[in-house]
Amino acid sequence: MSIFADRRTRLLVQGITGRDGSFHSRQMLEYGTQIVAGVTPGKGGQVFESKVPVFNTVADAVAATGADATVIYVPPAGAAGAIFEAADAGLGLIVCITEGVPVMDMTRVLPYVRERGARLIGPNCPGLITPGQTKIGIIPGNICASGRVGLVSRSGTLTYEVVNHLTRNGIGQSTCVGIGGDPLNGTSFIDCLRAFQADPETEAIVMLGEIGGTDEQNAAVFVKEHVTKPVVGFIAGQTAPPGRRMGHAGAIISGASGTAMEKIAAFEAARVSVMKRPIDVVSLLKARLK
Amino acid sequence: MNLHEYQGRVLFRAAGIPMPDGDVASTPSEAESIARRLGGTVVVKAQVHAGGRGKAGGVKLAPNPAEAAGAAEKILGMTIKGLVVHKVLVVPAAEIANEAYVGLIMDRASQRPVFMVSPAGGIDIEEVAAKTPEKIRRLSIDPRYGILPHQALGLAFFLYPDFAKARAAARIMEQLYSLFVANGCSLAEINPLVTTPEGKVLALDAKVSIDDNELDRRPDLAQLRDETAEEPSEVQARRANLTFIKLNGNVGCCVNGAGLAMATMDLVKYYGGEPANFLDIGGSSNPDKVVNALRIITSDPSVKAILFNIFGGITRTDDVANGIVTATRQFKVKVPIVIRLTGTNEKEAIRVLEAAGMQALSDMDEAVQKVVALVREAA
Repeated sequence: MSIFADRRTRLLVQGITGRDGSFHSRQMLEYGTQIVAGVTPGKGGQVFESKVPVFNTVADAVAATGADATVIYVPPAGAAGAIFEAADAGLGLIVCITEGVPVMDMTRVLPYVRERGARLIGPNCPGLITPGQTKIGIIPGNICASGRVGLVSRSGTLTYEVVNHLTRNGIGQSTCVGIGGDPLNGTSFIDCLRAFQADPETEAIVMLGEIGGTDEQNAAVFVKEHVTKPVVGFIAGQTAPPGRRMGHAGAIISGASGTAMEKIAAFEAARVSVMKRPIDVVSLLKARLK
Repeated sequence: MNLHEYQGRVLFRAAGIPMPDGDVASTPSEAESIARRLGGTVVVKAQVHAGGRGKAGGVKLAPNPAEAAGAAEKILGMTIKGLVVHKVLVVPAAEIANEAYVGLIMDRASQRPVFMVSPAGGIDIEEVAAKTPEKIRRLSIDPRYGILPHQALGLAFFLYPDFAKARAAARIMEQLYSLFVANGCSLAEINPLVTTPEGKVLALDAKVSIDDNELDRRPDLAQLRDETAEEPSEVQARRANLTFIKLNGNVGCCVNGAGLAMATMDLVKYYGGEPANFLDIGGSSNPDKVVNALRIITSDPSVKAILFNIFGGITRTDDVANGIVTATRQFKVKVPIVIRLTGTNEKEAIRVLEAAGMQALSDMDEAVQKVVALVREAA
């Protein structure tokens, strides 16, 4: 079917009355996402777009509406607090779109979320979409199509580029997940690979990585040992210089580690078909799905 | 953001880490008066964001104030790895019995701060890690409790069998951890941590990097940024809220989103070109951002053609189109521009561009091949 979210997901939006939050909430409603509540402290009692009740706290919203997932559009200074609040209210899925969350905040957030059994996606991510069912975040719905390829990515617009190639070539997606470009995040490639491997409706997996860190290398080892479905991968940043942060806080080659070459070699060793260009996703998937 | 040693020393001092006295100078006469105040032999150290300062001649010993001035004279204005030295640190030459290494980094894999210590100090720690990994001990710290006393002492005994020295080093590690957390560091490193013949333990260097995401809420740290140590175009870009990194090629790139920007650079290379820059105009783009981006890209004389690659999601492609048209009216762009855009409001974007006599492509590969061909023609 999908991973992490589907048409039954009852979503709450933290920061629903803000500039970004309201814009994307309208887009999500239009797509068919069940937004059952919004939270903006001090604006409890308002109604968003004449259908979504706004609450002062996440706990109030959950008690009143039975929300089971949240998406966070609050500014960086308040993002960690919003994640703590969501985990405390017992939400099982927390998607943090916010870019620029201090890493030191994340060191405290991550164990807190895990101890409460919640899944955090992000921060600094585009969220996820299960085409035809629900979208949580900012991935444009019109470029996606329902189908049987799972996609996991560290970036936003590069995901759109690749999804667009898939959809235009008649390859639909089960779920597309953007895990975010920060060095410390809640959900890793491995978490998504495990979920896609277990999802009976996903037949193949696309993994879009980039320079920096070892998440892709660890994912390659996981593919080798635990994934029986075909995997196609891409690494952005082959021309990136070492020591420079390439937009994403996590996209930085430190010393000799985290290079594109190292990651591509790890993919190849795990029989992940490596795309040289975004468009190669189509031919490689077709070849692996034969 | 990397701090200079003299800035790192301010954070070290506030945390109570023992260090030799010393001060920073911008002129030879300032260096001379610092050396006079300190007395005895001093070390004059270049303050640049580059490793290997010593090998490059950026660290000099001066036995008296006059020679300190002379050393500063030589070092100030010198270029190390492309960076001009504007300041020197003057510190007393410590007598060293032993050199060790203590570093604390934000580790992505364990998602915690991790200590790395080694009795082999004073040299490149990555080299130690590669050649003699048994000389390094790592310990990840649970951020809820911080470094516990027995953990600090355990690491310190790995450096010094002597209890008095180990206790002093353990105290320094606790202080380093406090300043790391308090200032949102991604790295805090003492290389070398030394013992003196009298048995004192001192930090002889202070290397600190701050997580860029901390700077918005910490103006006190943000103001430590040394813009003279950066590419002027990168400073200009940051002020315009753009992420820009200068590279050595001739294809100017303007993209929305970091991942797509990297993939675009890679595709330029794939089709035989060389990217001149990384530039991410970010998500909610207004036309002004595009104007600033074009101004920055065109100020690089090596750029022979410019590629826009925009996949509209949050970014409205018509905003980008309006920005391009506005920019070309405000100043003359002398090199050809290839525009690829698709997604949100693309019909309006194409209309805007065509009304101004420009064209837009919808395919990324086609656009990259075209811009690479244009650069070849120009050569």
